[in-house]
Amino acid sequence: MFVPSITNPIGDFVRDIVPRLAEYLPASIQSDTLNSIVAFLVNALICVIAVCAVNIGSAPILIYMERKVCAHVQCRLGPMRLGWHGTIQTIADVLKMLFKEVYAPSGADKLMFYLAPLIVLIAPFIVCALIPFGRNLVVADVSMGIPLIIAVNGFGVLGILLGGWSSNNKYSLLGALRSGAQMISYEISFAMILLFVVMISGSTNLMSITMGQEGTILDWWIFKIPVLGFIAFILFFISSTAEMNRAPFDIAEAEQELTGGYHTEYNGTPFAMFYLAEYIALVTNSALAVTCFLGGFLPPCIGIAAVDNYLNMVPGVIWFFAKVYFMIWCYMMVRWTFVRPRVDQLMDFEWKFLLPVNLVLLVAGAAYIVVFN
Amino acid sequence: MTLLQYFKRYFKRCITGPWSLMCGLSVSLKYFFSPKRIVTEQYPENRKTLKMHERFRGRLQMIEDEEGNNHCTACGMCERACPNASINVLPTKNIADKKVLGRYVYHFASCTQCGLCVEACPFGAIRMAPEFEVATTDPNTLEMILNKKEGQG
Amino acid sequence: MSQLPPGFRITRETNTDEFFINMGPQHPSTHGALRLTLRMDGETIIELVPHFGYIHRGMEKQAESMTYLQYIALSDRQDYLTAIQNNLGVVIALEKGMNVGVPEKAEYIRVMLQELGRIASHLVFFGCFGGDLGGQTCLLFGFKEREMIHDILEEVTGSRLTTNFFRPGGSRYDVPDTFIPRVKDFLDHLEDSMRDYERFLSKNIIVQERSIGIGVLSKEDAIAYGCSGPVLRASGVEFDVRRANPYSIYDQFDFDIPTAKNGDCYDRYNVRIAEIHESMKILRQCIDKFPKEGAWRSKEKPVRLPVGRYYSEIETAKGLYATYVVAATTGDKPYRIHTRGPSFPHIGALNKMCQGHKISDLVTIMATLDPVIPEIDR
Repeated sequence: MFVPSITNPIGDFVRDIVPRLAEYLPASIQSDTLNSIVAFLVNALICVIAVCAVNIGSAPILIYMERKVCAHVQCRLGPMRLGWHGTIQTIADVLKMLFKEVYAPSGADKLMFYLAPLIVLIAPFIVCALIPFGRNLVVADVSMGIPLIIAVNGFGVLGILLGGWSSNNKYSLLGALRSGAQMISYEISFAMILLFVVMISGSTNLMSITMGQEGTILDWWIFKIPVLGFIAFILFFISSTAEMNRAPFDIAEAEQELTGGYHTEYNGTPFAMFYLAEYIALVTNSALAVTCFLGGFLPPCIGIAAVDNYLNMVPGVIWFFAKVYFMIWCYMMVRWTFVRPRVDQLMDFEWKFLLPVNLVLLVAGAAYIVVFN
Repeated sequence: MTLLQYFKRYFKRCITGPWSLMCGLSVSLKYFFSPKRIVTEQYPENRKTLKMHERFRGRLQMIEDEEGNNHCTACGMCERACPNASINVLPTKNIADKKVLGRYVYHFASCTQCGLCVEACPFGAIRMAPEFEVATTDPNTLEMILNKKEGQG
Repeated sequence: MSQLPPGFRITRETNTDEFFINMGPQHPSTHGALRLTLRMDGETIIELVPHFGYIHRGMEKQAESMTYLQYIALSDRQDYLTAIQNNLGVVIALEKGMNVGVPEKAEYIRVMLQELGRIASHLVFFGCFGGDLGGQTCLLFGFKEREMIHDILEEVTGSRLTTNFFRPGGSRYDVPDTFIPRVKDFLDHLEDSMRDYERFLSKNIIVQERSIGIGVLSKEDAIAYGCSGPVLRASGVEFDVRRANPYSIYDQFDFDIPTAKNGDCYDRYNVRIAEIHESMKILRQCIDKFPKEGAWRSKEKPVRLPVGRYYSEIETAKGLYATYVVAATTGDKPYRIHTRGPSFPHIGALNKMCQGHKISDLVTIMATLDPVIPEIDR
């Protein structure tokens, strides 16, 4: 009989606790197979809850943060009414959105129309499951982490295309087509940079990529390989911004041109899902950048033992989220600074600039490894 | 465009482009980290400190002394000056059979606050009050009678 | 679709890849209730027809039953971004008939408020241009400084937007004592801010990529379509009513007329930014020469407008604003008032400029034409 195995570190705890609890059951139905199946299911449940909590919990925080960052760049204060400095504002907004009537425009393909927001949510959730948040905090510690991320990330475009196509609106269709072309193009350079990381770290497992950066701050991949690491980081930043459909690469939404692009016709909960997916993608992409370039959950040690001891005392999760929020802040500053390129310029930028630079980077990285290792 | 020119332009933009973007980012960073530049006001909280300029054109108001006497002679100049018929001056006769102001009816809902009535008044009997919180939930309150007393003539 | 011209109907022979997009009247970047019908091939615009009249209020007809003073108040509502300039346009036409002299101080007040209004309008352009390109931050930057101008206008005229300030023979009030120092402070502040803003947007490579070579309007076309103001000057025609046909005391000031060669969106943007600096130059000269003493309104009372036809043209921030008053009887009501606003011809040129460009470029071109829809519809 197939006995599912538990591979993630949280599972160790579950594996221990399930047989102990099983002892309370009648002896006739006790078996090791049942125990391991139960343990697998319990473990899966815990993992799903954990991923959902991290993702959905961070969305209101991010929306609040985005509003505040945007406001302060624009010499405003942002939300100030509900709670201390408007902290409950996003929760109120989410509640308002959930209580709105959900309706589809006439002529819309109802099934696809309501399926699209769900599909959009899948990709960032799966990616989140692969990210190591701490030394033992990873939901799925798969050995083929990076290829899986590349494979799953392409899923998001499906939801956007479906949503835009099924809304029976020309603006939505244009937005969806734009986003399809954009995300497929930028997937290439996104994958290329991750390939670069795989090449220099010698592993496709995200945990071992993180652990490969152990040591001081200079051992992080962004600094370990002089110049190349930093260029790779910047390129990752650009292509992940495009991958997330975030400004300045938000040509799929393009409020000023397409009045909202693919989600023009969405409202209420389905719209909230698109919105949620955007912010979860922000978390996962930042987490990926942190894992691949900024040392993941490792503290920024500076090589002085006295300071490093203190830094090491802080749990890895806190370091991880501190770095993730710094990355998110960077994404937000970029969003509220730059204007949007035109759709053909976006393609030009990918095929004529990012891709050649990526190829050069890969070759240079390979040369570096050959020469110095 | 020759290939050489194309590549010249391409590489030039590879240098100048990121630099120009960094210039833009430096401005937004500067604004982000200087809270003193914030210009917005927290309106209902700072209500007490808010003071409108003397000339601010809000609601029309009749200038009255403490006893409620006004200078209006019911000449109707303001009524004629008003571009959208927001003012009705209803005269009456006093004991001496002289035309005096009976009721000064002001339709605030149709007023554009242009201030032409104040300009037209030869006696300085009316003014635009520097009030700006004029919103109401009851449209009936927008029809007002401005004078407390009948005119003195 | 029956209202569309013949080329705008998809027939069997036409390419079925083409489709129509109805942009507006509720669209974020048509700057008001303007409807554009686009015939598109993918993202490329083949043809475009603008539809007006969503906020038509019949101002010229209304004017026939209004006194001249009431029409000054109405002219605020045409181009609300340059309300104070519209006031002057009407007043100058009236003054030609009423034959009243304007004292020197009143002229200075007029010029200063004109230039403040011009800066305010161009700042809105700056904000909308950045905003329409996708940088929402620019929108707030532009409006931030504009608010300061409005504060000054509020103190002087009593209203932020609908100023209703100028009168035949001067203005409605004298300026308060705080006016000159306030303008001086504001100019210093604006100089700083403009340095930041130009750093933020002008040199930005994405802005340049999106606006250079987009929506080119040749010199001949610009003249043929009747464009004026910054749109005309960006196409290389050095025409400014302030210089060509000086009104008020504009002949006493030293200022340049910024022009550009290509007539594309980036040129129009640059011309407007340069005009902000020219306006600041004029304002500084005004501050130096501002007469402390003197009447702000002519002593002689304006007489009733005699029978005749009176025409005035001024340069508002958008372009040439002309008023034509026909007085059939000596009285305080006109027989007819016609206004020639600058935005209407600009929208007429839109089709010419947009053909072959992408839908994103349409937004850029609309932003650089800087139309105000209430002024088109009137």
